[in-house]
Amino acid sequence: MKTNRDKKEYWASFVQRWSGVALALFLPFHFMVLSLILQGEQVLDGFLYWAEAPLIKLAEGGLVGLLAVHLLGGLRLLIIEFFAWKEWQGYLIAIAVTGAAAAGCLFLLRAF
Amino acid sequence: MEKNKNEKQVSVSIWRGDKEGSFEVFEVPFIEEQTVLDLLTHVQRNIDNSLSYRFACRVGMCGSCAMQINGKPRWTCRTLVSSVIRDGELKLEPLSNLPVVKDLVVDMEPFFEKWQAAKGRFEPSDSLVQEFAPIKPKDKIRQKADEAIECINCGCCYAACDVVESNPAYLGPAALNRAWSLINDVKDSANTERLKAVSGDGGCQNCHTNSQCVARCPVLINPTRSIAGLKKYVSLATLKGDI
Amino acid sequence: MSNRVEFKLWLAHRISGMALGFFVMVHLAGMIIAIQGGLSSSEILQRTSGNYAWGLFYSLFTIAAAVHSSIGLRTVAREVLGWKGVSANVVLSSFFLGLCFVGLSAVGGLVL
Repeated sequence: MKTNRDKKEYWASFVQRWSGVALALFLPFHFMVLSLILQGEQVLDGFLYWAEAPLIKLAEGGLVGLLAVHLLGGLRLLIIEFFAWKEWQGYLIAIAVTGAAAAGCLFLLRAF
Repeated sequence: MEKNKNEKQVSVSIWRGDKEGSFEVFEVPFIEEQTVLDLLTHVQRNIDNSLSYRFACRVGMCGSCAMQINGKPRWTCRTLVSSVIRDGELKLEPLSNLPVVKDLVVDMEPFFEKWQAAKGRFEPSDSLVQEFAPIKPKDKIRQKADEAIECINCGCCYAACDVVESNPAYLGPAALNRAWSLINDVKDSANTERLKAVSGDGGCQNCHTNSQCVARCPVLINPTRSIAGLKKYVSLATLKGDI
Repeated sequence: MSNRVEFKLWLAHRISGMALGFFVMVHLAGMIIAIQGGLSSSEILQRTSGNYAWGLFYSLFTIAAAVHSSIGLRTVAREVLGWKGVSANVVLSSFFLGLCFVGLSAVGGLVL
């Protein structure tokens, strides 16, 4: 592991990559759960009831946070790569982190 | 215990060998305003004359002396020992991401091969130019070229780049930055070929904006910005069907 | 030059990212609203059954997510695991097709 980690941009890329991997690995499960509807309402309801548990709701809040940070981080990259370079773009990382935390908290507030 | 300045020692750990080898520790007297290059000179002249390392101008304009100093690529001639020393210790290794020849000397050939592969050299027009391109200093396109043009190929950005480490095909920040400066040079005639050259398997799309290159460039160039510019130009050209 | 496939994959990744930027914002807002007071399959079906606009939106969302996550995982596989070439491409194409299949079946189940 390199010892030169002296820029927040490195951590932005790190979070972008690993939040993306987590979401990509979650996605098949998410689709499979929803496709339980094909087996009947009761089957999906069974899962949804299990997912009411506080720990699951907390995990879902975490996923929402990961999705939001990946989204906002992605928007940052699209701005950097497809528009002219502007110095204010440096603030986009802070915006991404704040926005993601807000989204996660908002979800948890509604869930509980 | 009383110590005067001249008795202060620096313990410097230096890589010996090629890709197989080990660190050898030398005790070197510490002098104020001493650069890492001074320290290496002392070791080579006074302690072990089999130590191999590169330098040339000694004044920060040739880029020959780049190496990993406590894990980060820097120029030895422009790095004060006092600014990088940690607990009286210093670690010197050859530049990352390049084959080691001996001790602190690396083979720069792959670096320059990628420079050429990115079409990092000026291509004049085929025919005699009838009118010279009037390039004013405030010209926006020229400013983009000027921002990227000071590169002296030291290799620090290449050594710092995580993608260069994880993807052997990646052309790297220096080569792509040079390509960007030429794409913005209206006198150059090879832009179509160059846009293709910077978007092959090792092209600009590999950059993840980690900006380690920006952090380490001693000449304060911003290769991340240049590469972002390349991505935009190549995307537009690709979508328009120009390349 | 292999027809610059790598660049085109990157471009597809970015374009799908732009689409997802929009889709995800709508999805997150929708989810935060929908989960208040719990979630049941009849509640979901009330919103989605026969709703072809919803079906179109989520079908496009599914495909964009499948494109984006497959290409993203492919890059991570190459850079982190050193896994590239035919085997990686086959596995990731299967991942893409699998996601499309399960995702679109779920959308179909909820709309039709």
